[in-house]
Amino acid sequence: MSEHPLPDPADTIAEMLHQPELESDAVRSESRRGVLIALPSWIYLTLFFAIPLLIVVVYSFATRSSTGLTRLTGWNIESYKRLFDPLVAEIAFRSIVLAVATTLICLAVSYPFAYYIATRTPKWRNLLIVLVLIPFWSNFLVRTYAWRIILGSDGPLAQITEWMGFEPVRLLFTNSAVLIGLVYGYLPFMVLPLYAALERMDWSLVEAARDLYADGWTAFRKVTWPLSRPGVIAGSILVFIPSLGAYVTPALLGGAKTTLLGDYIVSQFLAARNQPFGSALSVAVMVVMLGAVVVYFRSGAKNL
Amino acid sequence: MTDSVKLTGVTKRFGDVLAVDDLHLNVADGEFFSLLGPSGCGKTTTLRMIAGFEFPTSGSLTIRGQEMALNPPNERPVNTVFQSYALFPHMTIEENVGFGLRMKKVAPADIAQRVKRTLDMVQLSHRASASPSQLSGGQQQRVALARALVNEPQVLLLDEPLGALDLKLRQAMQLELKDLQQRVGITFIYVTHDQDEALTMSDRIGVMSDGKLLQVGGPQDIYEHPRSRFVADFIGEINLMPAVAVDRDSVKLLDGQVLMAPHDAPAGRSVTVAIRPERFTLFRPDAEIPSGRSSIAGKVIRRIYHGDVFLYDVDTAEGLLEVKEENRPNVEVFEIDSQVVVSWSPSAATVIED
Repeated sequence: MSEHPLPDPADTIAEMLHQPELESDAVRSESRRGVLIALPSWIYLTLFFAIPLLIVVVYSFATRSSTGLTRLTGWNIESYKRLFDPLVAEIAFRSIVLAVATTLICLAVSYPFAYYIATRTPKWRNLLIVLVLIPFWSNFLVRTYAWRIILGSDGPLAQITEWMGFEPVRLLFTNSAVLIGLVYGYLPFMVLPLYAALERMDWSLVEAARDLYADGWTAFRKVTWPLSRPGVIAGSILVFIPSLGAYVTPALLGGAKTTLLGDYIVSQFLAARNQPFGSALSVAVMVVMLGAVVVYFRSGAKNL
Repeated sequence: MTDSVKLTGVTKRFGDVLAVDDLHLNVADGEFFSLLGPSGCGKTTTLRMIAGFEFPTSGSLTIRGQEMALNPPNERPVNTVFQSYALFPHMTIEENVGFGLRMKKVAPADIAQRVKRTLDMVQLSHRASASPSQLSGGQQQRVALARALVNEPQVLLLDEPLGALDLKLRQAMQLELKDLQQRVGITFIYVTHDQDEALTMSDRIGVMSDGKLLQVGGPQDIYEHPRSRFVADFIGEINLMPAVAVDRDSVKLLDGQVLMAPHDAPAGRSVTVAIRPERFTLFRPDAEIPSGRSSIAGKVIRRIYHGDVFLYDVDTAEGLLEVKEENRPNVEVFEIDSQVVVSWSPSAATVIED
């Protein structure tokens, strides 16, 4: 056999027939279709998310006139300096404590519940999930007003505790009332991702752990819990973020002495007519949330 | 020999469903025992009761003489190799294999040494720090085996562990498993629906159907002397011919032919004569049949070339008979539609009481 064989005629024909332009055309039209499909969501997100966000960021560097108008001149970072005011620190601290408490209580309540649902037969699972979602069928504001009645000074809670011979419990306009309201409102956001994680769980892994001499609790700690952690992380983020910025619940159930970040930002925009400071607060809260999410995801991913 | 696992009158109900029905079984120490049956026959439930994942509704279950029917799995000296392997996805291979020893609070230095030795045994020490998802199916299977064996259990339970592997690998693993079992000397209880697997590896086989243990015996015994239609039919191919018992040594076929076949059925009782396809021999109609052999005339209606064998369907007065003849130079090959005589020696026939 020679070192350089003559080209096989079949190869030559194949080469002539091979037209790379045709292939790249196909790839290009494929990617163009992709852009087209995503276009509505791009437009929507740009108009109603990116641009308003940009406006908030721009406003946070603007100045407030003596009459409360925002002047888009004389750019400065005064609003950001005000974030270090002890009053702001106190509000931020209270909000974070409340959001962390809400998240932990939701987790503690939801985990056994999600576990229970995930270990039922498929028919029961679906029914129970629907029950979790039923509160969403009525307006959030209406449901929060219902809590005002329950927790109010003559409400059922006060009456029942009095009837039982205790000092009547009146929680309305306290931090406890806000906590109850937040836990109530965000519980489904914890239950659903936990359920999704536990429902996918391969229970033969738990059996394997039991088979390898782990008792029930150890098998949970070593297998079920670590494998459900993606659900714990997703649920915690879904509860923590809206709790930190919650406005309606604290406004309706909290008292004057328990201002939280949400109220405070709203009051800057409305009552104080200080849009630059309100914007700076909003940007700061967003940055903190983003940071928290990144840290949480990182630590979670490492332990998985 | 002592009994490693002993089940006495074990019954398991799931609601209205009777999964295991009054099962009596002794598995000897160091034995390779297979539970064979179609899906839903109760074999996996039986295994799960020995492992402790299910508790019997009634009956007694002892492991090495100790009553264990209601003990949780972590208190039993048995380990399981799961059908899906059930390797912990969030742990490395090494951590998976060491899990049982860590739970038993074995000293860390001992754990490291035993894990290494066991991984050496299954030839996976080089993948010790990999995660299960990085391994092939065959490798995962070996990790599952190592994770169970490292604990030196008294009994190893295997739930169709080769089911997910392809044929070549499965055959290689069958021999490897049998080898390993003889080396470590641990009792293996192996659940499978694959008769080849059971015949290849087992010391004894228990055939199950509908929650009942139908027959227990060595592979040859089960294959050649099935005691029921189900066992005969489930294991390998078999021809079943209805007949009537004449006396203890013979039966009469439907066409009136009397066959020599020893059995215990009383005279006049209807029975079934079972003959494996490979125990038949085909002759030309004019050929002289060796004396002492039974025979029946028929016509070839189908022939399948199978490489090493030819499979014939022969239409006879006793119905369609399947005949398996080796593809060898001195064995005659018959064409479709040719007249033939199907012949067999009396020892090939097993009589099953209906």
